Amino acid sequence: MTAAAATFRTCPTTGLKVHSQADALIKANAVAATVSLLIGGVAAVLVLLTRWQAVHLLPADWFYRILTVHGMSMLIFFIIFFEMAVLYFASAVMLNSRVPAPSLGWAAFVLMVVGALLVEWMMWSGQADVLFTSYVPLRAHPLYYLGIILFAVGALVVTGLFFATLVVAKRERTYQGSVPLVTFGGATAAIIAVITLLHGAAVYIPTFLWSLGLMPMDPEVYRLIWWGLGHSSQQINVAAMVSIWYLLGGLTIGAVVLNEKISRSAFVLYVLFISMASAHHLLVDPGFSPAWKVWNTSYAMYLAVLASMVHGFTVPAGMEAGMRIRGFTKGLFEWLRKAPWGDPGFSSLVFSVIIFGFLGGITGVTFGTEQINIIAHNTFRIPGHFHATVVGGTALAFMGVTYYVIPLIFRKQIAFYPLARLQPYFFAIGMTVFSMAMTFAGTFGVPRRHYDISFSGAPFAAQFNPAVDLIIGVMAVGGLLASLGGGIYILCTVWSVFFGKPLPADAKVAAVPAAILNPPKEPPAGDVEHKGLTSGTLVLVAVFLLCFIAYYFVNWKLLSAVWRVG
Amino acid sequence: MNTGLKSPTGIWWKPAHKAERLWVQIAFAWCMVLFAMMPLWHLKGAQNPSGIRATVVPNDFAKRTYEFINTYKVGDDHGVPVVEPPPGSDVYLMGRMWAWEPVLRLRKGAQYTLHLSSLDVNHGFSLAPVNLNFQVVPGYDYGLRITPTEAGEFTIMCNEFCGINHHAMVGRVIVLDDAAPVPGGTQ
Repeated sequence: MTAAAATFRTCPTTGLKVHSQADALIKANAVAATVSLLIGGVAAVLVLLTRWQAVHLLPADWFYRILTVHGMSMLIFFIIFFEMAVLYFASAVMLNSRVPAPSLGWAAFVLMVVGALLVEWMMWSGQADVLFTSYVPLRAHPLYYLGIILFAVGALVVTGLFFATLVVAKRERTYQGSVPLVTFGGATAAIIAVITLLHGAAVYIPTFLWSLGLMPMDPEVYRLIWWGLGHSSQQINVAAMVSIWYLLGGLTIGAVVLNEKISRSAFVLYVLFISMASAHHLLVDPGFSPAWKVWNTSYAMYLAVLASMVHGFTVPAGMEAGMRIRGFTKGLFEWLRKAPWGDPGFSSLVFSVIIFGFLGGITGVTFGTEQINIIAHNTFRIPGHFHATVVGGTALAFMGVTYYVIPLIFRKQIAFYPLARLQPYFFAIGMTVFSMAMTFAGTFGVPRRHYDISFSGAPFAAQFNPAVDLIIGVMAVGGLLASLGGGIYILCTVWSVFFGKPLPADAKVAAVPAAILNPPKEPPAGDVEHKGLTSGTLVLVAVFLLCFIAYYFVNWKLLSAVWRVG
Repeated sequence: MNTGLKSPTGIWWKPAHKAERLWVQIAFAWCMVLFAMMPLWHLKGAQNPSGIRATVVPNDFAKRTYEFINTYKVGDDHGVPVVEPPPGSDVYLMGRMWAWEPVLRLRKGAQYTLHLSSLDVNHGFSLAPVNLNFQVVPGYDYGLRITPTEAGEFTIMCNEFCGINHHAMVGRVIVLDDAAPVPGGTQ
C-alpha cells in the first residue's frame, strides 16, 4: 500500500527510480552537512592562523575553544550528516526503493540537528573547552555530552532505516540479482556505524552521568572506549569514501568492477577488524600490555590495511579497464591522460585516492606501529596523517560526489561551474602541502593541539629547530589554499541549491559534469579479455608500495636513533 | 562487466584475474612484514613502549615523588627542585597543571626506571629535541626503563591538552657525560 502511494521520479541519467522522500531526506542531510562544514571551515582558518606563530591570531582560551569547534563540526557533524545522505542514496536511490517509515528519518534528522545545536552552543559559550576527545577528567557541561548522545541516537536510527530499506527493496523486488557494489560498501559503512555508535553510547552515557556527579570514570577506560568511537568513526568514513570512489568511477568514466568477490571481500575485512583500531591511540599508554598493543594496532595482522590496499588497486584498475574497453588502449597511461580532468567529480576522485593512499595510508600504518608511535604520538605527525585521510581523502571524495548530487538529486545546474572545475585542484594541492608540511614539522617533535610553541610563560626556555618556523609557514600557505578550495565548494554548492538554475529536461548543454548529459556507454555484458587491461595500474601500485616500504623503514631508522627505552 | 552502480546478475563469485591476484598476494605479504616487525623489535630493538604498568592513587604517586625529591635533591631551578638520582634507581616525574616536577639530572649511558604519572588530568611527556613521547594518565604509573644516549640539555613539553596554560607546561632534563666530574649527592 505504502509502496503504491509513494511518489517516484525516474532519473534521466541513471534510469533509477527516485522516491520523493529519499530526495528530500538526502537534501536535508546534505544541507546540514554543508552548514557544519562552513562552521568547521571558519574554525579551521582561525586555528591555522593561530598555530602559524608569525600571526598567532587568537588568545589561548579561544584557540582551544575554536579547536574544539573545528573537530566536532568537521569530524562529527559534517561527515556524519553527509554519510546519512550517502546511506539514503546507497539504499533507496540505488535500489529503486522507497524509504520505509520516512517520518522516522525526519525524527532522526531533527534529533541530530538538536544534538548538534546543543553541542555548538556549549562549545561557543565556553562551557566545553575539552577538545574533540574530551578526555576525562577534563569536564564539560553535561549538555555537551547530552547533545552528542542525541546526535548519535539520530544517526543510529538512520542506519536502522538503511537496513530496513535493504529488506523492503529485496521483498518488493525493486532490483534483480545482488545489491550493487556501492550499496554493499554503504552497508559495511552502516554496520561499522552501528559498532561505532554503540561505543559512543558506552562512553558518552557514563560520561554524561559522571559530569552530573553520579558515577566515577576511569581516565584510561575512557580513552579505550572513546577511541572505539573516535577511530571506528574514521572507518565509517573509509568505507563510505571507498564506496564513493566506486560510485564516482562509474558515474564519471564508467569504471567497471573487475571482480565483485575481491572488492566485496575487502569491504568485509573492514567490518571484521575495525573496532581494534582504538589501539592506535593507546600505543604509548600505561594501561595496556605490549601483546595487546601489537595485536590490536595491527587489526589482527593488518587485514584491514590489506583491505585498503586491495581497494587501492581495484578502484584505479576498474577505472583503467573501463577506459580501455571504451577504446583508450594506447600505452600504459592513455586511459589516464584522456580522462575527463575538467570534471570536478573525476579530479576529486583521483586526488582523493592519491592523497588517501600515499599520504594518509602510508603515514597511518607507520605511526600506528607500536614502537614507531614513540616518535609520533601527539606530535604534529598525527594531525598531518589524518588531514590526509579524512580531509584530502574522505572530504574531497564527498565534495566530488556533490557535483553529481546537485544535478541528480537537487536537479539544479552548478553555479559558477568554471570555478567549481578548479575547486578540487585548489583543495587537493592545498591539502597535500598542508599535511606534508604538518607531518614533517612533527618529526621535529612539534606538538599537536598546542597554543604556543615558543612556550611563553614557561619556567624553562625551549626552542625548536629554526627550520620548524619555515615548515609551519609552508603548512599555513597550504592550509590557506585548501581553505580557499573549501570556500569555493561551499559557495558553489549553496548557491546552486538555493539560487541555482534548474536542470533543463533533455539539455545538451548545461553547467554540470559532461557525464551527466552524456553518460558513459554501458560496458559489454559478459567477460572481457583481461590481458593488459590493468597494466598501468600495476605500475602505479608498484610505485605506491616502494614509497610505503621506504617511509616505513626510514621511520624505524629514526626510532633506532633515540634514547633506549623499554 | 558492470559498474559499481549496477546489480551484478548471475554468479559473481569468480576467481580473480592474474593481475588482481598478484597484487592481493603482494599486499598480504607486505602486511605480514608489517606485523612481524613489531615482535621482532621487542626482541632486537632498543626502543619499546612496554614499561612497568600499574595503577596508583594520585596522592600516593605524589608522596613517592616527594620522597624521591627529598632523597636526591641537589638544588633548585626556577623554583623547581633539581634531583640527581644514582644510575639504576627509580625516578619519579610528576605532571600536573601546569608543571613537571622535579628537574632531573641523569648520566649518559646509565639506565633508570622513569615513573610517569599525573595528579590531575591527562598530560603528554614529550622529550625535546629527542622526540620521545608517552601518555601520562592520572591513576596509572608508567615505569619506563630509559637510558639517555646523549649528554646535554633537554626539555619536557606537555603534548596532551591539559587546560589553558598547557603551552607553558615545560620541564627540564640535564644529562651529564660520564667523563664529567661527579657532583655531590650521588652515591
